[in-house]
Amino acid sequence: MDILTDVALLSRIQFALTVAYHFIFVPLSIGLGLITAIFATKYYRSRDEKDGAAVRLWVKIFTATFAIGVATGITMEFSFGTNWADYSRFVGDIFGAPLAAEALFAFFLESVFLGVLLFGRNKVSPKFYTVSAWLVWAGSLLSALWILIANSWMQTPAGAELAADGKKAIITDFLAAAMNPSIAPRYFHVIVALLIIGAFTSLALGGWYLLKNKHTDFAMKTVRIGAVVGIVASCAMIVTAHASAVQVSEEQPTKLAMMEGMYNDEVPPLYAFGWVDEENEKVITPFAIPGGTSFLATGTWDTEYKGLHSLAQEEKYSDMNVADQPVNLVFQTYHLMVAMYGLIMVTAILAIVFTMRGGRVRSMRWLQKLFVISPLFPFVAIQVGWITAEVGRQPWVVYPSTTGPDGVALLTNDAISQSVSAPELLITLGLFLAVYLFLLIGWVRVISHFVKQGPDEGAAKAADGNLAVASAGEKGGEQ
Amino acid sequence: MTILQILWFFLIFVLIAGYFVLDGFDLGAGVLYPVLARDETERAYIRRSIGPVWDGNEVWLLTAGGALFAAFPAAYATTFSGFYLAVMLVLFGLIVRAVSLEFRAHDASWSRVWDVCFIVGSFLPALLLGVAVGNAFAGIPMAANGDYSGVPLLGLITPYTLLVGLLGFSMCLTAGCLWIALKTPEGSDLRARARKLGGILQIVTLVLFVVCGAMTLGVIRPAIEPAMWPVACVFAVLFAIALIVSIYLGRAKGSDLGAFLAQSASAVCLIGLLATSMFPTLVVADPAGVGASITAAMAASSEISLAWMTGIACIGVPLVLVYHVIVYRTFRGRLSEEDVA
Ligand code: HDD
Ligand code: HEM
Ligand code: HEM
Repeated sequence: MDILTDVALLSRIQFALTVAYHFIFVPLSIGLGLITAIFATKYYRSRDEKDGAAVRLWVKIFTATFAIGVATGITMEFSFGTNWADYSRFVGDIFGAPLAAEALFAFFLESVFLGVLLFGRNKVSPKFYTVSAWLVWAGSLLSALWILIANSWMQTPAGAELAADGKKAIITDFLAAAMNPSIAPRYFHVIVALLIIGAFTSLALGGWYLLKNKHTDFAMKTVRIGAVVGIVASCAMIVTAHASAVQVSEEQPTKLAMMEGMYNDEVPPLYAFGWVDEENEKVITPFAIPGGTSFLATGTWDTEYKGLHSLAQEEKYSDMNVADQPVNLVFQTYHLMVAMYGLIMVTAILAIVFTMRGGRVRSMRWLQKLFVISPLFPFVAIQVGWITAEVGRQPWVVYPSTTGPDGVALLTNDAISQSVSAPELLITLGLFLAVYLFLLIGWVRVISHFVKQGPDEGAAKAADGNLAVASAGEKGGEQ
Repeated sequence: MTILQILWFFLIFVLIAGYFVLDGFDLGAGVLYPVLARDETERAYIRRSIGPVWDGNEVWLLTAGGALFAAFPAAYATTFSGFYLAVMLVLFGLIVRAVSLEFRAHDASWSRVWDVCFIVGSFLPALLLGVAVGNAFAGIPMAANGDYSGVPLLGLITPYTLLVGLLGFSMCLTAGCLWIALKTPEGSDLRARARKLGGILQIVTLVLFVVCGAMTLGVIRPAIEPAMWPVACVFAVLFAIALIVSIYLGRAKGSDLGAFLAQSASAVCLIGLLATSMFPTLVVADPAGVGASITAAMAASSEISLAWMTGIACIGVPLVLVYHVIVYRTFRGRLSEEDVA
């Protein structure tokens, strides 16, 4: 197979590229949405000019990020029709509804109140402004829910059956499809991941100003909020991460086997790191806890799991060719995610310890530097986590999970748009690379401009005049 | 055909109409941005006039796409993959446009770059979406499985589809002019210019509509359902009336709001005409291919799915309307100097 002519491969590359890019900005904007809303509430309570300036800065950073999320999200919604036409025909009965619901319930909510957030400062009451910030955030949580329902259904199908002609999946029970076995662990795991990246970005901004010795009051407030959200989310992470691993072990045996490099049946040990020698089908590692993964998945040290070879013998998984499975990739991405969790937990603990009680972080340069690079940890974890989830379910796009209905499965190679040719894909792939690079440059320019400007209190005075008038108006209305 | 299939056939067109009316004016404003605005203040007025609303307007397109996917997966698959490069051009337009609108104000040294993105990004969807509709209506060659089997991109551009595209394009531009006239200060040059150009474009639109209608009946000869003929005729007449009312209100009465609303009503009638002329077909087959036309009944999802979608729509659509009332009320009235400072 040649990469220049293989439509399925090119479509996968294009999808992976565009969705991974979308998922740089979406986590940031959902995470920062919370930070922005917290600051808006703080300002609403204190009416302190400095908090007002902080809100303005966060709203600017948030909306610039949100804009790229919106722009690149359109690609995702179109891509099922443009690049995965046969997939759309197969799953439309089930997959389309959550997508439509996402637009109807979530995107409208977000976009409309984002308008208020951006332009409504002097037009609406402070209370309504604050509520708008929370509504935008609520909208983004809802949109994540619907899209993850769609994604989780393809990982662990439910509430559906194969149509009589065998050409598509038909819904039998909408609620069962929406509440499929992997949605709960996946939703909470993803949301917590997004909160972590938001919190750490907040630490990074505060850390940067502390290092430069600028806007230190603002910096300390930002660091404190980041530290609190960060520690809560990092602790919640272990619960949701465990739930995700349990879910995979129950529903997606081939993915589990790839995550732990199991070619043959074994009681899976726990590796901190390692290398899968795909040719000789074994994991090379200096260190392993025997039975560790078995313990994490089931609570017992000796549960045996099937390896790829015996799974490939099963009817359900007979389309899998063990030699083609990218086992090492899934193994590495999975273990990198777990390693990142270690760094995240350490950072979160340091942050909470040294910002509370007197804020010793003010004089700790090394910790400030750690804060500045800390968003990298969740960023890497999120990207590799998705690679684990999505590459781990190959060669299927709709995965034949353990409890999934018979026959409701689709190979990725059977999911493509047959009317789209390789040259067309190469053209659009090139365009995506160019346009997305351009967007990234624009975003970096705008964000660094905001950071340089800082929370500017000069403008705050002018705007506060208006706000005072507005709040007087509000009070007048209440009397 | 079941009731739900008929309902969803028309609901898709309702969503398309919502998109055409709402994003129509802000796309039009984007295309006219370099034509109408003479200086930085005027440019700021135009950007600011659509600033709080364009994103919500654009979501109508996403909803229409999502609803088509959910209700008629086969039609969604055929059109989006068949019109691949055209859809991608629309997509790249929407992408750079969305970002330019948010970044322009914060990146002074790149203001030219973002302006170009805004203009090009508005132009591509405003023109190409109409061309796509023209194709679905006039017929495309299809393979047995429903895939488009013609020449990529170039095969989609015929005199007729281009004409349909131009009609949609001129509707967007007209709406853009009327919106700008409605939002800019009473005595400003910008408003005067927008009103004047809007009036001219309305005449152009009428002419294009007549040519398009003649070509449709004479060359394309759509197989309109007999029962739909009268309804289609009513929509065609209403379209012309709404457009003339809009011209009258704008010129004789000087009512910018009246002119804009009547123009929007004409856009709804145009989509109504389209829907009734196509019913019950979603994508017409060209005899050059082997595949048959994709009808609503063939392409529809199961009744369970459609029933759930109907429930979702019953809750979602009223909510969406409330949101729109909230923003358009919050930002009602003409812009003032403060707004663009
Ligand atoms: C801050 C980000 C982050 C962190 C620290 C972790 N994860 Fe994670 N993980 C994700 C972010 C993420 C993710 C990007 O959000 C994924 C991708 C798909 C998904 O559902 O969530 C994911 C997927 C994912 C999956 C695959 C789910 C599937 O394929 O269906 C498993 C088994 C785990 N995670 C387990 C863990 C474990 C055991 C962790 C460490 C203790 C861990 N994750 C930390
Ligand atoms: C948002 C974060 C996501 C990331 C980073 C991600 C990542 C990926 C990657 C890396 C692939 C390529 C797999 C391969 O080539 O082997 C892929 C494929 C795919 N993903 Fe995801 N994914 C994400 C979310 C989703 C969601 C939410 C959906 C569904 C709504 C989805 C649907 C698909 C589809 C249809 C494919 C193409 C078929 C395939 O190659 O398996 N993805 N994704
Ligand atoms: C876990 C996966 C995903 C989450 C949590 C998510 C969430 C979001 C959010 C919050 C936005 C609003 C913009 C922003 O906040 O930056 C957005 C935009 C968008 N996303 Fe995603 N997304 C995910 C993956 C996808 C995928 C795979 C698709 C494809 C179906 C998609 C489709 C869209 C669309 C169409 C928009 C534009 C919305 C608008 O105009 O307001 N998303 N997404």
